Amino acid sequence: MNNERHILSAFDRDLETVQALVVKMGGMVESAIHDSAIALEARDGELADDIRRRDKAIDELELQINEEAARLIALRAPRATDLRTVLSVIKISAILERVGDYAKNIAKRSDVLAEMPEIEGAGMALRRMSATVEAMMKDALDSYIQRDVALAADVRKRDLEVDQMYNALFREFLTHMMEDPRNITACMHLHFIAKNIERMGDHATGIAEQVIYLATGELPDDPRPKGESVPRIGGA
Amino acid sequence: MNDMTLLERSVEQTEIKISAQDVQVWYGEKHAIKDVNVDLLDKTVTAFIGPSGCGKSTFLRCLNRMNDTIESCRVGGRIALDGEDIYDRRVDPVQLRARVGMVFQKPNPFPKSIYDNVAYGPRIHGLARNRAELDEIVEKSLRGAALWNEVKDRLGEPGTGLSGGQQQRLCIARAVATQPEVLLMDEPCSALDPIATSQVEELIDQLRAEFSVVIVTHSMQQAARVSQKTAFFHLGNLVEYGNTDDIFTNPRDPRTESYISGRIG
Repeated sequence: MNNERHILSAFDRDLETVQALVVKMGGMVESAIHDSAIALEARDGELADDIRRRDKAIDELELQINEEAARLIALRAPRATDLRTVLSVIKISAILERVGDYAKNIAKRSDVLAEMPEIEGAGMALRRMSATVEAMMKDALDSYIQRDVALAADVRKRDLEVDQMYNALFREFLTHMMEDPRNITACMHLHFIAKNIERMGDHATGIAEQVIYLATGELPDDPRPKGESVPRIGGA
Repeated sequence: MNDMTLLERSVEQTEIKISAQDVQVWYGEKHAIKDVNVDLLDKTVTAFIGPSGCGKSTFLRCLNRMNDTIESCRVGGRIALDGEDIYDRRVDPVQLRARVGMVFQKPNPFPKSIYDNVAYGPRIHGLARNRAELDEIVEKSLRGAALWNEVKDRLGEPGTGLSGGQQQRLCIARAVATQPEVLLMDEPCSALDPIATSQVEELIDQLRAEFSVVIVTHSMQQAARVSQKTAFFHLGNLVEYGNTDDIFTNPRDPRTESYISGRIG
């Protein structure tokens, strides 16, 4: 990472501004992940509504970041690390926007779930999974701020854990549905929530990969560790 | 990612046109170029970039022995054109410069007609047997420099009466007329407006089909736009030499990074 200042200081200010927006967006997304798990477990409809409202601000921030990035490319013709910074800013903000959408979707589903009988243990298990993903997201964003390749590589590895949690939950929900068909609606929602969280983990990994690209100029080419991509059980 | 690389940008040439080994240049006591080793490819545009005084123009001028004209200048090491040492005593610098042409920063047409500016080189090198052949060379060169349509009806007028951009293209036509194998360009667009600059850049891209072009430029955007290979010079050293897209997206040396991204280096 090049810590020297540009001769043209306005260039530094522009780069700092757009990166500060990404960090701000990251913070908002982290708390959306956090709160969506709480709203689900605590059946807190107000918190769920709040998450849905906050997602608008996240979306607006993405637009603002894209505009800033386009302006930077047009006016400053960034090169080398500067260019990779701008490119990764665009990608990371797009990823964060998606993660925000997943959190919003969880909030919507938890509103529906609040009116149904509880599936025992599901809220807690999902919250644990969500906490793992939230920590991954936090570390991915920290690795971005610090340009910390080792931390980014670590985030990539941890996605395996999330995949395994998802597969375990998949089995669990399937069991509940087979035991009592009245559980099906709730379990379908819970399964989508689990899938959303699993995707958030993938996205945290995507951010970590952008950090590696930003710092080294190359995307990691080793296949990242993955769990079973599709759980193969039950059925038939 | 490589599959998606634009064909035009890729360097397919592997044939070496000019090979420089351990090149040193001194101006009196000043060691201006230090241990430069580089292979310049045929039919490729190579850009030399670097801050003022880094040695890029000095090195460019070694490639056709323009430094011979400077009293205090000494050149060491070996520079070979198609494998032949150009500093060998048997090499005639005038013949060499017909093979390795040069275009300078400021357009410098001769105080002669447009026609004679272009015909001058072919005449002294005896490239045309008669007037008809000379006419043909002049037309071909002016077409090659994308100037023919603008001047074909006034070939007898003085070259100095053209606009700056036209004058520079006239100088390129003049350089092309001797059918060089390499064209050296020292800041060819620094005195031109953006439109004329684009025209010259378009021309450089076309010239690459026929020979190897080496361009010294202060504009990094120009280097990025026209070249396939870029060499970065700093304090007399060749710091980094590679494919232009690599240099501009992911340079290996921190000094290159500092320079091309506009930081103090």
